[in-house]
Amino acid sequence: MSIDRRHFLKGLAAGAASLGAGSIAGPVAARPAKALAPGAVGILYDATQCIGCKACEVACKAHNDLPPVENPALDQVYGVRGAWDGGDDLDSRTMNKIKAYPGLKTVEASRADAVLAESAAASDELSFVKRACMHCVDPNCVSACPVSAMTKDPQTGIVQYNPDACIGCRYCQIACPFNIPKFEYEKTFPQIVKCQLCTDRIAEGGIPACCEACPTGASLFGRVEDLRAEGHRRLAAEPGSRLEYPIHALDSADTKVGTVADYRPHIYGETETGGTQYMLMADVPFEKLGLPTLDNESSARLSETIQHTLYGGMVAPTLLLGGLVYAAYRNTRDERERADDGLGEGAGIDAPVTTNPKSASETKEGSRS
Amino acid sequence: MSERFRPIGGRLLTPHFYFLGVLLLIGAYFIVKRFIFGIGAVANLSDGFPWGIWITYDVVTGTAIACGGYAMALLVYVFNRGQFHPMVRAALLTSVFGYTLAGASIIVDVGRWWQLYNVFLPQYMNLNSVMLEVALCVTLYTLVLWIEFSPAILEAMQAKRWLRNLRHFLFLAIGLGILLPTMHQSSLGSLLIIAGDKVHPLWQSNVIPLLFLLTAITMGYAIVVFESLYASVNLNRPLETPLLAKVSALIPWLLIAYLFIRAADIARSGEFAMLLQAGPEPILFAIEVALFLYAIRLLRDPQKRVRPTVLFWTSLAVLFGGGLYRFNAFIIAFDPGPGWHYFPAVGEMMITIGIVAFEIMAYLFFVKMTPVMMAAPEGGGSDRRAGSGLDTARWLEGAPSSTQDSASYRPTAATSA
Repeated sequence: MSIDRRHFLKGLAAGAASLGAGSIAGPVAARPAKALAPGAVGILYDATQCIGCKACEVACKAHNDLPPVENPALDQVYGVRGAWDGGDDLDSRTMNKIKAYPGLKTVEASRADAVLAESAAASDELSFVKRACMHCVDPNCVSACPVSAMTKDPQTGIVQYNPDACIGCRYCQIACPFNIPKFEYEKTFPQIVKCQLCTDRIAEGGIPACCEACPTGASLFGRVEDLRAEGHRRLAAEPGSRLEYPIHALDSADTKVGTVADYRPHIYGETETGGTQYMLMADVPFEKLGLPTLDNESSARLSETIQHTLYGGMVAPTLLLGGLVYAAYRNTRDERERADDGLGEGAGIDAPVTTNPKSASETKEGSRS
Repeated sequence: MSERFRPIGGRLLTPHFYFLGVLLLIGAYFIVKRFIFGIGAVANLSDGFPWGIWITYDVVTGTAIACGGYAMALLVYVFNRGQFHPMVRAALLTSVFGYTLAGASIIVDVGRWWQLYNVFLPQYMNLNSVMLEVALCVTLYTLVLWIEFSPAILEAMQAKRWLRNLRHFLFLAIGLGILLPTMHQSSLGSLLIIAGDKVHPLWQSNVIPLLFLLTAITMGYAIVVFESLYASVNLNRPLETPLLAKVSALIPWLLIAYLFIRAADIARSGEFAMLLQAGPEPILFAIEVALFLYAIRLLRDPQKRVRPTVLFWTSLAVLFGGGLYRFNAFIIAFDPGPGWHYFPAVGEMMITIGIVAFEIMAYLFFVKMTPVMMAAPEGGGSDRRAGSGLDTARWLEGAPSSTQDSASYRPTAATSA
């Protein structure tokens, strides 16, 4: 859904038609796309470096104090307090999830077969993917939330959730193209749950728990612009060659040397829905990892453009209201005049009922006048 | 204007009323359960389908069905068609309950209901949010509807002074009462724009606000017709066929405009191919269109639209068509991704059914106890009611009995300024 002129004119036509002829006119520009926050930070996840150890999941649960998802009866008998990796997707107790998609690479022989065979053998013909909040540059949830419970930090660009504002309408869930916000349906006093990029740790100069825990550098923290450059450095490297990979954070000085995989030539999240601060690289098609194929513009932009075209400065509604009140005033003049007579007769939608002999006679009088 | 409204009287506590009461109690049980154990204890809502029938029926469809007051006000006060004035008050009654209960069901639906007032606090308002616009508009409109409807209550209470004062300012409420539904009925459609690809291409559209608005107004006229026929059959009211036929005559034009815009929009975005795809969506789309075409075909014919059966089935077709359009857009053709499915749970459905039952009970209470309905023509129906206006006086002191009142009836005259 790109907002070209035609789309825009369509929105304008809708506005003009819904708000009455001539109530709005003139050029209104589409809402500009949001730019990356000046100090935007994020994560680059490289599926080819991920070994599926789920250390990030454990660290995430520990830091955010999230309980295990499942605690089967048999485990309880043996005193096991549930497995950290109980569920198979994000849920209201899981902000960060490693998923495995098997059998992808055998059918995806696209570039150098030798390289493919090597990397396929190394990763057992499957690809992992780490799912968490994408921290969109132009987040739909922030646009959708009626009470500003979802906000985007103007400096770091982190999308944060404020339970004190939230009314629990779940419009953020409808709006998010990645189905990230989760809701505590099972609780009496529920909240929305989603990754907030360990805001508290970053504020103290740290890095997100998942990146801290990742032993291979598959989850790498850094400034978004630097991460994008790092991604392109990997894309530019020859598949099968050896390359130095940073671990934990771009500036952590921890590095390892790894084999460059046969990357898909795209960093997922560089353009999707206007860009995201959590980005992914993989050697299999992203849609096969459950990542939706999205336009380069967020639907928040379209929604706001249409909405502000109709309601910008409340000009059109005010003009329309003026017209309507005038029409109603004119078309109820008789009724008010009768009310003035003190007879209360036939006054429009509030015509009185004749409720007793006295008022009945009043009414008869009134109709004669 | 010399029409007269009065309570129709009759026994309130009929078996029909008790049956609705039982439904209400079942719904109330699940509402209590929901507030103690959480939404998940009664509903099949999920992270993929966060909005189920509570939003789609109670709010989105329910308020569209409650557009009778809006649609009639548009006709009477903007287009100055005073002849329809007698129908305004009954239309307002269905509106006032449709909206009030939509508001009530929002309290059931939202997870953090105790913070709902945040919507009205400036420091929390997000002016980019379509939801904010809907929330503020619906709340304000519900208040406006009660003001618009209050003369009926004040008359029943014999509050003459209040009535007289109110009458001088009512035009403000009437103006607002047309603006606000125009805004939020279109915005209820706009809610889906941000959902992007989750909404099936046959329903996702940039002109969705206009499509929702047009269908809401059409459904408003349809419910006025339907409600009048319901009252005729169930409450021994005389048929208002000539007026209903005139109201119904508007429906085809609105539907033709709607279908034309929708077809043009689908053609423009090149999504007609979607109609040939496998799956239920093209069939659902066809059912929507067929229901509307059925109404258009019958109501375009002046000979046919004066027949009560035609009016009944066409108004029902419009209500179902408009309802299906909303259900398709919000639930059936809404696809959050692989693995997500939704079908309402029993408790979830019983809450909605309980709310609808309460709506009908409140309707019956008000038409019997307050002056909502047009007084019947002399002899035309008052005989049947003659012995039945007994409870009225007991319920509301000084309220009229039907026999007394029909004496002062004068035929409707459409005399507006």
